[in-house]
Amino acid sequence: MPNRIVFRCVPLVAAWILAPVFSGNSGAQIETRELSGRLSVESRWFPESGAYTGQRAHGSGVVAEPKIYVEDVRGRSFTLAPFFRFDAGDNRRTHVDLREAYFLLFGELGNQEWEMRLGVDRVFWGVTESRRLVNIINQVDLVEHPYKEPTLGQPMAHLTLSGDWGAVELFGLTGHRARTFPGRSGRLRFPFIVDNERVSYESDAGRWHPDVAARYSRSAGNMDVGISVFDGNSRDPLLLPDVDRNGQPVLLPEYDRIRQFGLDAQLTAGSWLFKIEALGRAGARDRRGVEVEYVASTMGGEYTFYSFIGSAADLSLIGEWNYDGRGRNATNIFQNDLFIAARLAFNDIQSTEVLGSVMNDIDTTTRVFTFEFNRRISGRFSLHLEAIALLDVDAGDLSYASRRDSFVELHLVYNH
Amino acid sequence: MSYPRKVLAFSTPWLIVAAGIGGTVPVHSQNIESDATGLNIARKASAREEGFGNFTAQQVMVLRNRHGQESRRQLRVKVLEVQEEGDKSLFVFDEPRDVKGTALLVHAHRASADDQWLYLPALKRVKRISSSNRSGSFMGSEFAYEDMTAQAVEKFTYRYLRDEPCGDLTCTVTERMPTDRKSGYSRQVVWRDKGELRAWKVEYYDRKNAHLKTLTLENYRQYLDRYWRAGVMTMVNHLTGKSTVLTWTDYQFGTDLQDRDFTKTGLKRVR
Repeated sequence: MPNRIVFRCVPLVAAWILAPVFSGNSGAQIETRELSGRLSVESRWFPESGAYTGQRAHGSGVVAEPKIYVEDVRGRSFTLAPFFRFDAGDNRRTHVDLREAYFLLFGELGNQEWEMRLGVDRVFWGVTESRRLVNIINQVDLVEHPYKEPTLGQPMAHLTLSGDWGAVELFGLTGHRARTFPGRSGRLRFPFIVDNERVSYESDAGRWHPDVAARYSRSAGNMDVGISVFDGNSRDPLLLPDVDRNGQPVLLPEYDRIRQFGLDAQLTAGSWLFKIEALGRAGARDRRGVEVEYVASTMGGEYTFYSFIGSAADLSLIGEWNYDGRGRNATNIFQNDLFIAARLAFNDIQSTEVLGSVMNDIDTTTRVFTFEFNRRISGRFSLHLEAIALLDVDAGDLSYASRRDSFVELHLVYNH
Repeated sequence: MSYPRKVLAFSTPWLIVAAGIGGTVPVHSQNIESDATGLNIARKASAREEGFGNFTAQQVMVLRNRHGQESRRQLRVKVLEVQEEGDKSLFVFDEPRDVKGTALLVHAHRASADDQWLYLPALKRVKRISSSNRSGSFMGSEFAYEDMTAQAVEKFTYRYLRDEPCGDLTCTVTERMPTDRKSGYSRQVVWRDKGELRAWKVEYYDRKNAHLKTLTLENYRQYLDRYWRAGVMTMVNHLTGKSTVLTWTDYQFGTDLQDRDFTKTGLKRVR
């Protein structure tokens, strides 16, 4: 299993490189050593019974995310951030990942600056709130959350050159990560479970195919713009029906070799934020299994009323439109959807925050409502409450399999 | 459908002292002489702040409500002076722990709105945020964003009020009126000692001209034989009875900070 191999190899390699660099007298001197992280007790409850046999009504568990940071006197650093989840409801949701394990070096090159990150890391591209459209370096850790797209660590060499003209980033990536999927007793899954032991690739090199990516980004006045290109194994699998050894139907993930061009931009004008993300992708098969070139976009805006009606709170209203040129043959749920959200930040001592949103499918009846409440309880503890409701899910929709999987979730988090 | 877990939105929280070189300020008042005196004092105080280059420091804020309950904020501050333009600042949060590693990068501008980027470590995401929130509370404290901002001379009109004793010193008392309509204040009254032009007290009056808050500054120390910095700043809100004590420690001037530490790439490097 690729995840396991990556998880086992990287710390060994890291330890081997780390030893001479950071050992007391032979290498550089350590300036900073720091342990931080969080420990979270979580419970997810599904009020409706599952659509498929064996699905449980509860998912409770524990998450540990420690982070170790070491920096020498010259500013060179190493970060190690593993991730552990135990879930009592779904054994596939119980998983371990190496989110980050990288060396960071930087310096000057004439008037320019260079920065090198070597190891396992996570990279975020994009500006919009409803979706991570152009973000492609890392695989989605889908068992974590159905919409938020938290990501798995990705082995990479990441070079950045920056100056007054902006920043160019070059990526060399290998060791493709397979998307995580729920197990038989889990919710928010398809009728059949995805067999991640039988992942296949269009590329002959499989998951060791050397993927490459580049991004140019710049801030000029009130504009922030990024253009990007990616060539390699797709992060989005095509799921094809098959049977397992016992003759049970399963879905087998196949990863096409794709090329993607991306654009992300934000205009910040007073209390307004205007945002757009767009991509053109070639080499990927659509929902019918036909290879098509397509474009997709997310665009919209956010307006904030500061000190809302004389209070200390800020109210933000967000509207975004998601479009996918493949329409009903899109491999995601964002083919033509309107996203509306409101966020109320109380600006109190506990940083209380409430969010509500609805993703409205313009072509069908499907609507997904979300509600979130965040509050700090003390200097170390915080509380997160979340509810997601799927309403009137259209039978032709990809989320139809999750139509009975509305849920309420509570996290009690200890922050170290 | 994804948001950063915590969205902090605030503005240049670094110094209550004036920074920025004097520009032309329109004179509205009938008493031109007292306006000119007030402006001169502000310009002189500002000129004393020039040339510091860069510094780093630690901030601890203790927020106290009417019942005496306390809450703590701790952050690291890095500031780079930019000649003829606003300074660049970087703020990294250490406490509360749920926002540990969250960082704010500010490129201040004298003539236009500041540029601000927020780094959210859980997502490794850099967000450009609006800087138009002037009068809101900074991190739940009694300091408003505009109290924390480098206060350029151009952003107020001035009036000299009087000289009077303040402790062992003699202070000049001036009044300054914000030119920004987004400011939450109608006016501020500032006490500065005549010798070193250090601010010792500021009274804030809200838009209805009610006395809203009082700031007192203590434990002044001089750095590089020139720059005075208050070690303790106490803001009391007279309407709510809440207060915030802001303590500065570990001031270091002349560090190796450079432009590259104040870019979006540099922002992603903070821990």
